[in-house]
Amino acid sequence: MTQLLSSLGTVALNISRETGRVMLLLLEALGWLFRPPWRWRLFFKQMEFIGVNSVFVVALTSLFTGMVLALQTYYAFRMFSAETLVGATVALSMTRELGPVITALMVTGRAGSAIAAEIGTMRVTEQVDALSVMAINPVQYLVLPRIAAGVIMLPLLTALSDFIGVLGGYLVGVKMLGIHGGIFMNKIYEFVELSDIYNGLIKAACFGLILTLVGCYKGFYTRGGAEGVGRATTQAVVLSSVLILTFDYVLTALMM
Amino acid sequence: MATNQHMTAEPIIELRQVHKSFGKEHVLRGLDLAVPKDSISVIIGRSGGGKSVLLKHVIGLMRPDQGEVIIDGHDIARMSERKMAPIRRKFGMLFQESALFDSMNVEDNVAFPLLEHTSKSRREILDIVTDKLAAVGLKDKGHKLPSELSGGMRKRVGLARALALDPKIVLFDEPTSGLDPVMAAAINELIVRTQSEFKATCVVISHDIPAAMSTGHKLFMLFDGRIIAQGTPDQIRDWDDEVVQQFIHGRAQGPIKVV
Ligand SMILES: Nc1ncnc2c1ncn2[C@@H]1O[C@H](COP(=O)(O)OP(=O)(O)O)[C@@H](O)[C@H]1O
Ligand SMILES: [Mg+2]
Repeated sequence: MTQLLSSLGTVALNISRETGRVMLLLLEALGWLFRPPWRWRLFFKQMEFIGVNSVFVVALTSLFTGMVLALQTYYAFRMFSAETLVGATVALSMTRELGPVITALMVTGRAGSAIAAEIGTMRVTEQVDALSVMAINPVQYLVLPRIAAGVIMLPLLTALSDFIGVLGGYLVGVKMLGIHGGIFMNKIYEFVELSDIYNGLIKAACFGLILTLVGCYKGFYTRGGAEGVGRATTQAVVLSSVLILTFDYVLTALMM
Repeated sequence: MATNQHMTAEPIIELRQVHKSFGKEHVLRGLDLAVPKDSISVIIGRSGGGKSVLLKHVIGLMRPDQGEVIIDGHDIARMSERKMAPIRRKFGMLFQESALFDSMNVEDNVAFPLLEHTSKSRREILDIVTDKLAAVGLKDKGHKLPSELSGGMRKRVGLARALALDPKIVLFDEPTSGLDPVMAAAINELIVRTQSEFKATCVVISHDIPAAMSTGHKLFMLFDGRIIAQGTPDQIRDWDDEVVQQFIHGRAQGPIKVV
C-alpha cells in the first residue's frame, strides 16, 4: 500500500516537473516574441513545413471523414425521415469537432513528430550547443518560429478541413444518396452559426500550440543518441495526441 | 617556474575548485586551471576523463556543481544566459563531433556566425568564407552538405566556422583526431598561425602527444578529475610522476588501469 502510494507520488512528481519545464519553455519562447531579432525567414519556412505541406493529408482525411459522416447519418436519419438534416449534421460535426481534431492529429503525425526528431537530433549532435556557443539563443532560433507557425497554420488548415469535409458530405449526400442539393445547403445555413466555426478555429489554434510546443519540448530535452531521438519522437506524438483530445473536451466545455 | 613569456602572462580563463557530477559519476573533482593569455594550452588526458566536460564549463554550456569559472575577469559559473551572450562572442569552439548544422551546406555553416554577428555585406561574407575554407583545404567543397563529407572534412569545416569571427579565445576539442597525418600537421599549423596572427588564446584537447609537445606553450594533464601536471612541454616530459610518464609514452602497463 505504501509502495503504491509512493509510486503514485513519483508519477505525480514527474508530471508536475514536466509540466513546469514545458511551461518554462513556453514562457521563454513568448518572451522572445517581443524582442528582436525576429526571424521571419525561419518563421515562413516553418509555416510552409507545418502548414502548406500538410494540405494534402488534411484534405484527404477530411474528405473521407465528411463522406463517411454523411453515409452514417443518412442511414440513421432515414429511420425518422430526417435525411435533409444530413448536411447540417456533417457541417456541425466538422466545424465544431472533427475539423480541428482531425487536422491536429494529422499535423501531429506529420510535423509534430518531425519537430521532435529534428530538434532532438540537433540536441544529441550538439548543434543546439553550437548555437549557444555562437551566442544565438536556441529557444529563439528553434522553438519560437515553430510555435508561432503552429498557432497560425492550424486554424487555416482547419478551415480547409471544414470546407472539404462538408464537400465530402455533399458528394455522398447529394450526388450519391439523392438528397436535394438546395435543401441540403439551406439546412447548413440554418443550423450552423458563425460561432460554431470560430470556436472550432480557436480550438485549432490551441492544438497548434500544443503540438508544436510538445514537439519542441521533447526534442529540446532529448538524451541518449539515436535511440533517444526515437524515444522523443514517439513520446511527442503520444503526448500531443493525448493532450489534444483532453483539451478538446476542456475547451468544448468552456465554450458551451 | 616561469621559463618563458607565456607562463607569466595573466590567466584569461581560470577555473577554481570546480566540481561536476552526472548522477553518481563525479567527473570533475575540484579542478583548478589557469590558462595564460595569448598562448596555446594543450589539455591531455584519458578518453572519458572529462576533457570535453571541462571545455564546456569554460564556455558556459555546463555549469559547475561547485566552484568558479572566471573568463576575462567575469565569473560565469552562475551567470544568466543573456548576460553570457557578449562573453560568448569572444569565443570560437570546435566541437569533438563538429556539430555542423546539417540543414545547411558547408558555406552557410561557415557564414552563419558572420551573418548573425556582423553587418558585413553578402559579398564580404562570401570572401571571408572562401578564405577560411581555403585555410582548411576545403575551397571547392562549399556547396556540399555536411552529410556528404567525411568525418575529417566535417571537422575542418567546424574549424573554419569556429575561426570565422577571428575570436579572441578558441577552444579545440580534438581537432586532429580522425585526420590523416598530413592533414593533422596542417591543422596544427593552422592553430599555431591563428594564435600568432590574431593574438588569440587557444585551448586544445589532444591525444597526439608529439603534436602537443611541439605546438603547445603550456600543457595540462587531466586525471581523476583534477589537473595533476602542468608546465612547458619540457617540464611535462620530465615530470616526476608515474601516471604522467605512462600517459605520454603510451604504455599499457603502469598505475593507470585499463578496465
Ligand atoms: N551531458 C552528459 N550527461 C551525462 N554524463 C556525461 C555528459 N557529458 C559527459 N558525461 C560523462 O562524463 C565523462 C567525461 O566525458 P567527456 O568529457 O566527454 O570525456 P573526454 O575526456 O573523452 O572528452 C564520461 O564518463 C561521460 O559519460
Ligand atoms: Mg571528449
